[in-house]
This record gives sequence, C-alpha cells and structure tokens, in this order.
Amino acid sequence: MAEAPDYRAIGTRPVRPDGVDKVTGRANFGADMNLPNMIHGKVLRSPHAHARIKSIDASRALQLPGVYAVISGADFPSGAEGEISGEGGGTVSDLAMNIMARDKALYHGHAVAAVAAKTAFLAETALELIDVEYEVLSPVLDVDVAMEPGAPLVDENQHTRGNESAGPSNIAAITKFERGDPEAGFAQADVVVAGDYRVPTAHQGYIEPHACTASLDEQGRATVWCSTQGHFDVRSMTAGVLGKSVGEIKVIPSEIGGGFGGKTVIYLEPLAVKLSELTGRPVKMVMSREEVFRATGPTSASHCKIKVGAKRDGTITAATAWLAYEAGAYPGAPVGPGCMSVFAPYDLENFRIEGFDVLVNKPKAAAYRAPGAPQSMHAMESALDELARKIGMDPIDLRLANCADEGTQAPYGPIYPPIGIRKCLEAAKVHPNYTSPKAEGTGRGIAAGFWFNIGMQSSAEVRLSEDGTVTVMEGSPDIGGSRASMCLMAAETLGVPYDIVRAHVGDTESTGFCNVTGGSRTTFATGLAVVRACEDIIAECKQRAAATWDIDADQVDWTDGEAVPKPGVNIDVEPMSLADIAGNAGRTGGPILGRASLNAQGAGAAFSVNFADVTVDRETGKVDILNFTAIQDAGTAIHPSYVEGQMQGGAVQGLGWALNEEYIYDDNGVMENAGFLDYRVPVASDMPMIDTQIIEVPNPSHPYGVRGVGETPIVAPLAVASNAVSDALGFRISDLPLSPPSVLAAIDGHDGA
Amino acid sequence: MARVVFPEHLLQHTGGTREIEVHATNYRGVVRAVDNQWPGIEEVLMKSAVAIDGQIYQDAWLEPIREDSEIFFMQRIEGG
Repeated sequence: MAEAPDYRAIGTRPVRPDGVDKVTGRANFGADMNLPNMIHGKVLRSPHAHARIKSIDASRALQLPGVYAVISGADFPSGAEGEISGEGGGTVSDLAMNIMARDKALYHGHAVAAVAAKTAFLAETALELIDVEYEVLSPVLDVDVAMEPGAPLVDENQHTRGNESAGPSNIAAITKFERGDPEAGFAQADVVVAGDYRVPTAHQGYIEPHACTASLDEQGRATVWCSTQGHFDVRSMTAGVLGKSVGEIKVIPSEIGGGFGGKTVIYLEPLAVKLSELTGRPVKMVMSREEVFRATGPTSASHCKIKVGAKRDGTITAATAWLAYEAGAYPGAPVGPGCMSVFAPYDLENFRIEGFDVLVNKPKAAAYRAPGAPQSMHAMESALDELARKIGMDPIDLRLANCADEGTQAPYGPIYPPIGIRKCLEAAKVHPNYTSPKAEGTGRGIAAGFWFNIGMQSSAEVRLSEDGTVTVMEGSPDIGGSRASMCLMAAETLGVPYDIVRAHVGDTESTGFCNVTGGSRTTFATGLAVVRACEDIIAECKQRAAATWDIDADQVDWTDGEAVPKPGVNIDVEPMSLADIAGNAGRTGGPILGRASLNAQGAGAAFSVNFADVTVDRETGKVDILNFTAIQDAGTAIHPSYVEGQMQGGAVQGLGWALNEEYIYDDNGVMENAGFLDYRVPVASDMPMIDTQIIEVPNPSHPYGVRGVGETPIVAPLAVASNAVSDALGFRISDLPLSPPSVLAAIDGHDGA
Repeated sequence: MARVVFPEHLLQHTGGTREIEVHATNYRGVVRAVDNQWPGIEEVLMKSAVAIDGQIYQDAWLEPIREDSEIFFMQRIEGG
C-alpha cells in the first residue's frame, strides 16, 4: 500500500477563522440585519390541515395605522415554470404554492397571507384582522392511510407518475430497483427474517429560525439578506416564484446557525421581496420557533418493510425492501435515495426495492442530512441484527461476509470505485469499545451508514495581496468550518502558512456561482475549485519569476511556497517567495489572482460503522446511551477536528431522532409539540462523549483525496439505538422513537403477552 | 460499444428495454444516441444523474466515453 502523503497544512487542526466571532456574538446571522426605514413582515398561517380557501378579506387589517401592505396568493404570478433541485425534485410552481397557498391550504401552518407593518407587533396584530373563509376538508396524516383506496386526496389533480390514466392518487411516484431473482434467492436461504419498521416525522432542529430582509431599489432590483445554505439557489428560486430574472435579485448570505438541509429551500424571501416592492421600504421577516416547526421542512415519516434471506454462513441470498415515505403536501419525498441507500454497503445478487412518494397533509418534506437514507437503512440494519441473532453470528462478521468492495456493482447501478466500508467494519471489530465485554444489564447495537456524496458546481477566486497574504473568495456558506478547510487546502497547494490565508464567502454578485452547501459537497467541490485557483496562482507566479530571471516558465519549479529554477537550469538566483512575487506584481504585469469554476465530478461515497452500549430503565422506559463509537471513511480529513465534529454532531442528531424526536399530531392534523420543550432534541447531559475514528481511503477524484463527511454520520445511529435497545430488552422494538412512553408500552405489551 | 443501462423508472420510456449499446465519444453523444432510438427521452435523461464507469456525474455533457464504458442512468442526488 502506498504511504500517506506527507502534508504540511492538511491534517492540522487550526481554530476556524469564524469561530471567535461566533462565540462572542460579533457574527451577524439572518435576523441581525437592520436597515433605515425598515418595516416588518409576518405570515398568517392556516389553522386547518386541509381546507379550501373561499375568500380572504384584508380590509380591516389595512385600516390599522402602521400597516403598509397585505399580500396573499393572488399577488403572485400563477403557472411558475421550471424545476428545483433536490432529492425529490419538485417544481417551482409547487414551491410557490408552498410559500403562499392559493386555492387550498394543505397543512396546518400553511401560509395564506402576509402583512408588512411598522413593527413586528403591529404586523402580528394585523394578522388577527385578516378574515379568511375556509371550507374545512378531511386531512390525511399517515402514509399507510394515504395509500389506501378512498383516502382523502391532498391534491385532486395528483396522479401517480407514469400511471396518469388511472384516477388521482396520493401516491405521486413509485421507484423500483431489481436485480437477479429474489424469489429463487429466498428459496436458497437457510434463514429468513422479515419486519416492518416505522420512523416518525422529525425536524432538522437548527437553532437559528429562518430570517431574511429584502429591499428594492428605485430600479426595482432586489437585495435579499438571509440565512441560507445556498444564496445562488435562493436567488433562482425567489426569481422563479416572483417571475423575475435572476439578474434582478442579489442575495447576501449571513452567517448560518445550522441548516442540515432545511435551509436549501426558501419560505420567506419572495414574501419579503413582494412586500418591499409594494411598500417601498426594506422588509424584515423572522420566523418564530413555532413557525419553524409548523411550516418548514421536516423530513419524511416512513413505513419500511424489509425481508432478508441468508445461508447459515451469513451469505445473503436475497433481500427485498418496500419503502413508503411521506412527502408532505407536495411531491418529493427523498424515497429515491432511500431506495438507493438501503442495501448500499452490501454485495447482493438478488434483490427488489420498491419506493413510494406519498402526499399527506403535513409540511412539504425538505432535505435533512443524507435525505432518505436514515429511514431505509434503519430498517435494513435492524433486519440484519435480527438475522445475526438467528444464525448466531457476530453482527460485524455478518456484514463483512456480505461487504461491498471496489468493483462491486452498487445496488443502485454503478461499479464502486475504492470505498471504505470494509475498513470501517474491520476497524470496528478491533476497536477497544467493541472488544471490551458489555456490562451486565446493558445492550449493544451496531449498524452501518452510507451516503453517495455529490460534487456539482463551485467557483473560487484566490487573490494575492502586495505583502503575499492570500484571500480566498468562495460562494459556499460556511456551516461546519469550511472556511478553515478552504484555507488549509490553499495553504497546502501554495506552500504557505495557514495563518496568511483568509477565506470569505461572497454574495451572488461578488463571486462565481456555487450550488448549496449541502450533500457533503463543499470541502470536495468548492475545495477543488480553491485548489485549481491556487494552481492558477502558482502558474502565474512561475511566469513572473521566469520573466524576472529571463528564463522560460517551464524552467521554474514551485517548491515550499517559492519559485526556484528547475534542477539543471544554470542560473545563479535566490528562490523567489510568494511575498516577493506579490510585492513586485505591479512591476511584472499587475495584480495576481487565480480563479476556477467547475462542475466537480466523482465525489466518493462515504461509509460508516457505529456502535453503542445502552441501558433501558424497565420502570420508566428511559434509554441511556453509555458510550457511542463512530467510525467513518473521510477520504482525507482536511481538518480532522471538523470531520470529528461532523461525526459527533450526526451521531447526536441521529440518536435524538431515534430516542425522542417526533411530530405529534392531533386528529385534525395540528402539531401538538411545536417547540423545543415538547419536541425534545438531545441536550449535552443526554449524551456521552462520542468516540470517533476517522478511516482514510482517499477519493481518487480529488487532488487531496477528499470525500464528503457531513451526511453519513446521521444514518447509522437510528439502527444502532434500535439494535442496542432490543439487545438490552431481549426483544425488538421496530418503530421509532424509542421514547420512554413508547418503550414502556412495548415492555408492558411484551411482559403481558 | 459503450453499454448503457436503464433503471426501472426509465423503462416506460424505452418500451421495457433495460440495456443497449451505443457509439459515442462523450456523454452528450450517449444522450443523443439514446434519444435517436426513443425520441423525447432526452428530456428525462437531462434530469437524471449518470454513473460512468462507477463515478457519479450530474450535467456532465463533455465527460469522455470509452468503447468499453458502462453507463448507468440514475436518480439525481443532492443531500442536506
């Protein structure tokens, strides 16, 4: 095996450049923007989960002094065209109707009108004076019920894609994958396990609510300040909803207080622009936590059925998966990636996967870390745990016996390039936390995780100042420490100290196009653009040195941050540093900058293996996590602390979803726990220190071997929790969350059976 | 000849054909060749990702295709 490269900057752990500002309160987030003459916008939301909007009368609200404008669906262009990106896709038209309802309100909290007023309090008061007449309809709130014939239809015009001749249906799309002969495979099996697994609706739980400010100038050009994972996508989506060109909108990203996928879409920005257009003033809109829960993207609740057959030696002979995901009010559940993930770690000859994208009267599902994978892999990894018990095999050995490798045809089609699942399993097998016996009365669970990772479009500019300091300008909002990673890759490429490199996130008019910070793409794709831009700088610096030395540029090497004559070039000169070249730039041709814009391809898939020990209090049903170990292939860890942070954060989010988080609805479709007191995310005292081990199987498609790391960590913890709790109890609880009431009910049911 | 494989959701556009072979030097050429066989499928393929010899690409018109390349169309992935 080749030795790991000897990097100078990559692999070190400097403090992130935005860190001090964020812990001292100096950093500006979405709600921190204030402008002269600014007014405030608020949204009126549907009190019904499913209702026809018969009329909206804003006359009483508009009579209130200090109220400047009221808008509703009628103020927006109809028939918006185009599609939006994301797992489930979706249309700009659906996005527009999700932002502001037209004929029907499709979930409790769906926006039906918005007000701009002098103060936020006045705007809220005015909301109470808007008269909306509804015809209340029956909601459908559960994926199984929604799929039944005769269920209430969320959209009477929705047909199953590819089966438009049939009647309307809540099933928007069906996805299928099949290989080999599953029935023949099951016939060869010595052992077959089958089960149903349900995962509830959960929210991304970012700390910072959605917030934006919009201001139109005299030419009608809008500037939008907002918290987002991708300001270029905010620009295009806002333009699409409003029927404007992207050239009429400039978006300036603030710092972002968490997104996890939920800030790849928009909710407020077109409303703020429209209200600013009508009032001639800047308009600020900030959601409350309750609005965030009721109206912004949760992830899909799901019902998954898994069947796996295997030989006594652990070889899987066949597997099937039936996956039904709630899309919310508009098509686009992440069931496609759920289907493509469910068997991804394994080399299977015979399988069938069916996925259903199902409308229900809940908020439109949005991306959430590894969208779709946690639900389906919770089911498969739980089923494998059952299989290991049935054949009396160590669960890691079972997974190793079926492990995918380089050259394996992935269940979703392509042949895997180098991947790290086997190394992760082997590392888990010898990890001290796994080799140590579990304590009496505890349960241990293990599971694998996976995410594809993506590349997509990124741009970067690198500029040399006259003293040789380096400025990196990029368009990827920094959520997880990406400025530090960009600086490290720039320092490594240029051969200069990290301390002289600064990274900045530019707005839509000051830097080149970048897709969202999401899909674990930023360190890979924007990092690739930064490396290419630095190579541009090096080429120019070699040219300048060559011109100074009266030799050809191809006679110059770049070594440790200096231009030097190549070996054998017979001239007597001192090496020329980056600072030397920058200082003389005016004399040798002018300022030096490098740039790169690219559509990065070949993002390497990331696999993980997690395990944990738990106790279950049989009197209260409370689950305590005693220890948790996360092992993941990162390709190359540019900044190991931030890779570990992603692994730890994903573990905690996954455990929160597994143990407590769920949307609780009443029969009318009203969410009853729309706040952090009742929707319980994990707090520090709930968690042990998350142990991490980074595996490095470099991605051959990146100059430093980077794979994305942010998505995969949330995938395995769901099944880890299920498997550990089942081990502790001696029987399986298939559905999440494993909250005290659910666990207690399961214990009572099992003991009473 | 490069081998092109269609997933289940594209079979309605290919009349059930799961696999064909095409001559093309880049991905754009593959899409054109497939569209020549099933006119109109290009619109669907443009919304798909593709795996070329194991690597996943999105919007990769100019990606080179070898004579023995394997091309799998697949659903687009983004992530959170």
